[in-house]
Amino acid sequence: MRLAILGAGDVGRSVADLAGEYGHEVVAIADSTDAATDPNGIAVADVLERKVGGEALGTRDPGAVFETDYDVLVEATPTTLDDAEPGFSHVRRALEDDRHVVLANKGPVAERYAELRALESESAGSIRFEATVGGAIPILSTIEDCTPQAVTAVRGVLNGTANFILTRMAAEGLDYEHVLAEAQDLGVAEADPTFDVDGTDAALKFVILANVLADGGFALDDATVEGIQTIPGSALDLAAEDGRTIRLIGEATRDGVRVGPRLVAENGALAVSGTRNIVQIETRNAGSLHSSGRGAGGPETATAVLSDVGRLPPL
Amino acid sequence: MGDGPESDEDDPDAETDGGVRAYTVRLELVDEPGELLRALTPIADSGGNLLSIHHERGNITPRGHIPVEVDLECPPDRFDGIVQALRDAGVNVIQAGEEHYGEEVNVVLVGHLVETDLSNTLSRIEDEADAVVLDLSLAAPDGTAGVASARARLAIDSGRSAEALAAIRSIGTDKDLTVVEPLLGGEA
Repeated sequence: MRLAILGAGDVGRSVADLAGEYGHEVVAIADSTDAATDPNGIAVADVLERKVGGEALGTRDPGAVFETDYDVLVEATPTTLDDAEPGFSHVRRALEDDRHVVLANKGPVAERYAELRALESESAGSIRFEATVGGAIPILSTIEDCTPQAVTAVRGVLNGTANFILTRMAAEGLDYEHVLAEAQDLGVAEADPTFDVDGTDAALKFVILANVLADGGFALDDATVEGIQTIPGSALDLAAEDGRTIRLIGEATRDGVRVGPRLVAENGALAVSGTRNIVQIETRNAGSLHSSGRGAGGPETATAVLSDVGRLPPL
Repeated sequence: MGDGPESDEDDPDAETDGGVRAYTVRLELVDEPGELLRALTPIADSGGNLLSIHHERGNITPRGHIPVEVDLECPPDRFDGIVQALRDAGVNVIQAGEEHYGEEVNVVLVGHLVETDLSNTLSRIEDEADAVVLDLSLAAPDGTAGVASARARLAIDSGRSAEALAAIRSIGTDKDLTVVEPLLGGEA
């Protein structure tokens, strides 16, 4: 497949870097200011080197990506809420041009799912978005394989930053502020970690899961969301007295989405440590399935994008 | 029970229609001298007639307590009073008659627990969530005026955990407390 990549952050760059290994060709890549395009395939290494060195990706406008002859648009621009722009318009443009779209951007899938599906039904292209939920972990394809109707709930830990903080608090008996500062030093938490610690990031992923289970109907506003900022170290100590620990757990069913700090068995499957993610997919006919792995990171998330590309039918 | 001007239904000396029924209550006692007597007294005092006591000394519950099964008979309208009297005496009732208090769940509460009247919070949990507080740990590392955490182990009727937790959640919202609930369902 010929890929056009929008977004040149960790994920977009990693997709470009790994595309060749997965048998695909990158014909365009753009960030918010400029683009590099080449119908015969761009020189990925050179382009990425320029970007990392602080130079422009190429000489063209970002919009030039849509004029390139591509098969799959990889939407890897930053997640935005509410109208999910400009990501949503990027997806619409590609579908209207009868191309496939693979999203790493959570915004459109969480906030405007029904509109995406309506656009897809009018298009020769289709959309996939494995990378939006749990990075490298094949969650959506597992649900697809079980058929969404037979999945009754999805629960788990889908934010590595919050999980890292809770794990360190429990292990070291430290308070939230202290561990957050440490996580920022280590590069695990962003300078502004709000979306991770207030539960928004996890909620977006569980909203996407609920949309897949119920075929739409959910947006972030429909989710009940609590963060971990109010949890003191002493709460984790008390939980441990009884063999429990506290994790930021999300739950998605056809009835709703809930994210908040919950008590789970200290040695149970959901008590993953550090930045690891886990989901438990509860099925009607096959019990619970667990899948754990790296939920974030450029190359990890890029593998989910490229797996999606591999599942697309030829145009 | 029986102290103070209460309604006739709550008075052990009130007249009944003469029918008595047999009931079984399952209790959980701390392994200390005098505990059994302490558990039986409220039953007798509330108008229950003890039939048999099965003291399972060799069988210790996961919390290190001793399960005791008590068969008693009393008029049906006194039974609830007996169970309440046991709880008022601090006895853990695991099962009472047909009612099983089979589910034990932990919740952790976080906030200004002391300033917002912890004992009121606990009684509201018992009343509104229909739960029994079996034990409580409190940690207030910043003093009683600061943010504290409490872990309460609750006994809840079988199958009613979701409703009980919803009630506790709303008490938490009322009193500006964070409620960390257990994850129910699946294999959590």
